[in-house]
Amino acid sequence: MSALIEFQNVCKYYQMGDETVIAADHISMKINRGEFVAIVGQSGSGKSTCMNIIGCLDVPTSGTYLLDGRDVGQMNKNELAEIRNEMLGFIFQQYNLLPKLNLLENVEVPLMYAGVPRSERRKRAKKALELVGLGDKLRNRPSQLSGGQQQRVSIARALVGNPAVILADEPTGALDSHTGREVLAMLQQLHDAGNTVVLITHDNSIAVQAQRIIRLEDGRVVYDGDSSAPEAVVQPRIAAERRKTNASA
Amino acid sequence: MRLHETFLLALKNILSNKMRTFLTMLGIIIGVAAVILIVGLGNGMTNYVEDSFAELGTNTLSVMVMGRGTSRSVSENDMYEIVAENSQYLDKLSPTVTMNGQVKIGTDSSDYTSVSGVSEDYFSMMGYEIAQGRGLQYVDVADRKNVCVVGNFIAQTYYAGDPVGQSIRVGGNKLTIVGVMAQVADTLEEGGTDDCIYLPYSTASRLSRTGNITSYTITIADEDYASEAKQVVEDALYDIFNDDSAYTVISMSEILDMMDSMINVVVTILTVIAAVSLVVGGVGIMNIMLVSVTERTREIGIRKALGAKERTILQQFVIEAATTSAMGGVIGILGGYGLCSVATMLVAALLDSGMVVAPAVSSVAMAFGVSTAIGVAFGYLPAKKAAVLNPIDALRYD
Repeated sequence: MSALIEFQNVCKYYQMGDETVIAADHISMKINRGEFVAIVGQSGSGKSTCMNIIGCLDVPTSGTYLLDGRDVGQMNKNELAEIRNEMLGFIFQQYNLLPKLNLLENVEVPLMYAGVPRSERRKRAKKALELVGLGDKLRNRPSQLSGGQQQRVSIARALVGNPAVILADEPTGALDSHTGREVLAMLQQLHDAGNTVVLITHDNSIAVQAQRIIRLEDGRVVYDGDSSAPEAVVQPRIAAERRKTNASA
Repeated sequence: MRLHETFLLALKNILSNKMRTFLTMLGIIIGVAAVILIVGLGNGMTNYVEDSFAELGTNTLSVMVMGRGTSRSVSENDMYEIVAENSQYLDKLSPTVTMNGQVKIGTDSSDYTSVSGVSEDYFSMMGYEIAQGRGLQYVDVADRKNVCVVGNFIAQTYYAGDPVGQSIRVGGNKLTIVGVMAQVADTLEEGGTDDCIYLPYSTASRLSRTGNITSYTITIADEDYASEAKQVVEDALYDIFNDDSAYTVISMSEILDMMDSMINVVVTILTVIAAVSLVVGGVGIMNIMLVSVTERTREIGIRKALGAKERTILQQFVIEAATTSAMGGVIGILGGYGLCSVATMLVAALLDSGMVVAPAVSSVAMAFGVSTAIGVAFGYLPAKKAAVLNPIDALRYD
C-alpha cells in the first residue's frame, strides 16, 4: 500500500526582494494512513511551509507531493480547493472560526462547500459537535466560548467532512497547559479511532505526544523516527553544534 | 455550493450591518426614486396633453388661409369642393370664424367665453352632442340667422340650466339660444371647453365684418392617414395660390406627436441625469465592497482553506453587492411611488389640473433591473479581488 502523504525532494523557494529564501530544501518523507506524526521545528525551520504544502494551500517549487497517490503539484486552484475540502481537516492555532456564524453553521461550512444537502449537513455537524462535547451549545457564537471550547469547535469542523488527514497547526499554541492537554487528548482519541493526524508544532513536549516525530531545521529533515528515541527531542542548538563539529571533523 | 445558499449567506452578511448597508444603498435608492418620479411626471404630462387634445379631436385638420394680396383667395365653396373631391381622405368641413366681442347675458358679462362661427356639421365633426333644444342647421347658415348653441358652462352659470329660447349678446348683437351642448370636459370651468358659444359661420362673418373666411376645420376620414390628408389639402391650396406661404394646414395628430416627442426628449434628458446618481451609487457599493473584502480577508482565507473555490467566493461577493443594490432598487421603487403620489397631489393643488403622475410598469422593471445590474457590475471588481486572495496570506491577515 502506498503512503497517504509522500514528499519526494520537495523544495520551496520564496523571493524576498533580491534574496531567495529556501523554505524547504529537498524534503522527502512518507506518512502512512493511521499514523500520528508531529512535524517539529523552530520558527524558520520550514515547518509552516511544510504544513501549507501538506494542506494543499501551496504547491512545491520543485519535487513531487503525492496525496493519496495524486500529484498535488500539477493541480490548478479549483482542484486544490476541492482536495482541501475532501481530504483535509484543518485545526489552526487561532481556531479561525467565523465569528458571525453559530457553532452549527461553523461546522457546516466544509460540508456546504462539498455540496451536502442542508438537512444532512445539520445532522452531521450536530454529531461532530456532540463528539467534542459541545452538543449543548449548537446555537452559540464562537465569541461566547472559551479558547479550549473554540478549539474543540474547530476540531469538530475538521472532522465533519471525514477527511483523510487531520492537520493541526500549533493547536495548543493559544491555550493554557491544562486545556492544551485536553485538546491533545482529543487528537489522540482521533488517532485511536483510526484517523491520520499530522501535528505541526515548535514545542517538543507537545511533539512527543505523537508516535513519530519529523524534525525540520533550515528546511531540511534532521530527524524522522520514533518519538521515544532521545534524538527526537535534541535541542536544535545542540544539533547545530553537532553539525558544526561534524563538518570540521 | 448552491446558488440559493450563496444568496442566503449574502443576505445574512448584509443584514448583519444594517446602517452601513443602508448608507451604501442610499445612492441607488435616490437614483431609482428620481428615475421613477421623472418617468412618472413624463407619463402624466403625456397623458394630460393627450387628453386635452382628445377633447379637441385628433382627427381634425386646421386650415388657415392668409391669401396672397387681394388678387387670389378661396371661398368656403372652394373648400367644400376640395373636401368633396378628396373624400377618400377627407370627411367633413366646417369654416370656423372666431368672434371677438364681449359676451353679455343680461347685465352679466363673461370674459373668457370663446365665440365661434361654425357650420351645421361642426358638432358631429367634433363629436359634440346636443343635450337640450337643437343644434345648428343648414337653414341657420344659409339665412344667417341670429341663433346660437351654448356650452353647458354658460347654461348652468347664467341660465340655471335652462337657456333655450333666451337671448345672449355678443359684441352688442343679440342671439337667440336654440340649444345646449352636452358637457364635454370632466369639470365645468371658466374659459374651459364648455365655456363656449357656437353660431352659424355666415352670421359670425356678417356680424364681425371679416369678409372672407380664413379658417376652416376639416375632419379626416381615417386617422391613420392624417399626413396624407394634410398633404391633399396642401396640394389643392397650392394649385390655387402657387405659393405655400399663403396658407397653413395643421394636423392635430401631428401636433400631438410633436408634443409627445418633445416631452419624451425632456424626460429622457432628465432620466439620464437621474441615472448618473445610479452610477454614483454603484461606485459607493464598489467602495464599500472593497472595504468589506479587506475586513473579511481572514474569513475568505478560512473559507478557502475549508474548500471554497474562487468561483464560490466570487459568487458570494457579487451576489452580496447585487442584493444590496437590488434591495436599494426596491426601496427606491417604493420611494418613487410615494414621490409620484405626492407630486400628483402637489400638481392638483398648485396647478389646479387633473394630471396624474403615474410611473410606468416598464420603468419600474427597468429601474430594478438596472440597479441589480449595477450591483453586479460594481461588485465584480471587489469580488474578484476577494476570490484571488492567496489563502495562506489571507489566513495570516489580522
